[in-house]
Amino acid sequence: MGQAVESDLVERLLDGEHRALARVITKIESQSPGYRDIVSEIHAHTGHASVVGITGSPGAGKSTLVDKLAKFYRDQGETVGVIAVDPSSPYTGGAVLGDRIRMASNVGDMDVFFRSMSARGQLGGLSTATADAVKALDAFGKDRIIIETVGAGQNEVDVVKTADTVVVLVQPGSGDDVQMLKAGILEIGDVFVVNKADMEGASRTVAELEEMIHLRDDPRAKLDMGHHGAEAMGDHHGHGEHTDDDQDDEPEPDPVWTPQVVETIATTGEGIDELVETLSDHYTYLAESGELDEKARQRAAEEIRQLLRSDVNRLLERELDDRGGIDDFASAVVDKETDPYAVTEDVLEPLRECLEDRDD
Amino acid sequence: MSADSEQRTIRCLIAKVGLDGHDRGAHVISRAFRDAGFEVIYSGLHRAPDEIIQATVQEDVDVLGISILSGAHNTLVPKVMAGLEEYGALDDTLVIVGGIIPDEDRPGLMEEGVDAIFGPGTPMEETIEFVKENAPERT
Repeated sequence: MGQAVESDLVERLLDGEHRALARVITKIESQSPGYRDIVSEIHAHTGHASVVGITGSPGAGKSTLVDKLAKFYRDQGETVGVIAVDPSSPYTGGAVLGDRIRMASNVGDMDVFFRSMSARGQLGGLSTATADAVKALDAFGKDRIIIETVGAGQNEVDVVKTADTVVVLVQPGSGDDVQMLKAGILEIGDVFVVNKADMEGASRTVAELEEMIHLRDDPRAKLDMGHHGAEAMGDHHGHGEHTDDDQDDEPEPDPVWTPQVVETIATTGEGIDELVETLSDHYTYLAESGELDEKARQRAAEEIRQLLRSDVNRLLERELDDRGGIDDFASAVVDKETDPYAVTEDVLEPLRECLEDRDD
Repeated sequence: MSADSEQRTIRCLIAKVGLDGHDRGAHVISRAFRDAGFEVIYSGLHRAPDEIIQATVQEDVDVLGISILSGAHNTLVPKVMAGLEEYGALDDTLVIVGGIIPDEDRPGLMEEGVDAIFGPGTPMEETIEFVKENAPERT
């Protein structure tokens, strides 16, 4: 695997060649040899796109909403990259990636780069793969990047957390969604979208969400949220009293973002402009409060940790193989000849010794 | 399985092109491919050649399976092939066609760059085996 092949691929990607971008994402996804060099090379070219993560339960309307968002950005003359993550079968590894069907508004428009990815049983690796794919889209020059996942578990939460702004999609009147919120998704949402707002129970869902958001906040935070709070109320009722909120030039001493609730009907596109505005408000907040940089640092730290973990794992696997494989150890443990802690101690001992020697 | 073994998964796009509302075959094949461990992207009905080209290029699929029962294959397939060529995707995508394709039309499609044509009654295993053996190496 020549270094030249990778460099050539990166060059073509930076030149705006769609096929090269597609191939780079394939390499990232399948962790083919050389993909690390590629990501290293494109890293310096990233940091221009704003990244939105969208999650929600199956059928909440994520794909349709993403389609409409992409259309909105395209109409503004911006280019869009979409990464849609779908689960794959834990048994066969097979998957049907279906989100593409909903991208009806952007068919044939090559400036919307839509890519389906499957969770290929990469424990924790999915967020790394997604983050790297986002980098590829970013380096390619996409202005807006949207990551879409089914909000089913920790894996998916990790994925959307690689975004600057996290949107949680909620269906009206579904008890399951409340369960989902309890299960920890509430904490990650910067913007909540009650989609299918024409359905019965939508306003109640909105009210419940707002109540939960306010419960989650520090009581004092609610007091000094000032403009944002007012904006939230004005916004979601759509009375258009949203005139002077944006232009307050005196910077707030300590800006606090209170998650906003937006109502949409994705199929008709209703509420999309408001959602876009809220997303842009959040981005402005991130930039002004310095949180954007802080998030970037946290993300980088998490990426490093993740890579370290997987690389150490790899070393350990090799060490295990050298010692005759994990099966023998497992049998020994089952036969009560030893125990898991002793085995771990045993396997790790050389590493620990090595580190301790260095400390001396 | 060690963590550094490359996770080679065959990616397929199953596409319905043109005015053709019969997608039972496409569904069956999508599901069989999924169960064979492939990643399958299904295009949905009534797609224009442009949409198929866009999806094939962006998704970087190893295999494009076009299902046509409408009889318009001589018009639609060449359009798709030309688009793949334009984006440099023709050489490393395995293109297979399924559906009702009369014998006399087959040589023409193969000349366009189609790699295989599977008519009605083809055992599923045969198609899966063909894909496994002929899916292009990604380098």
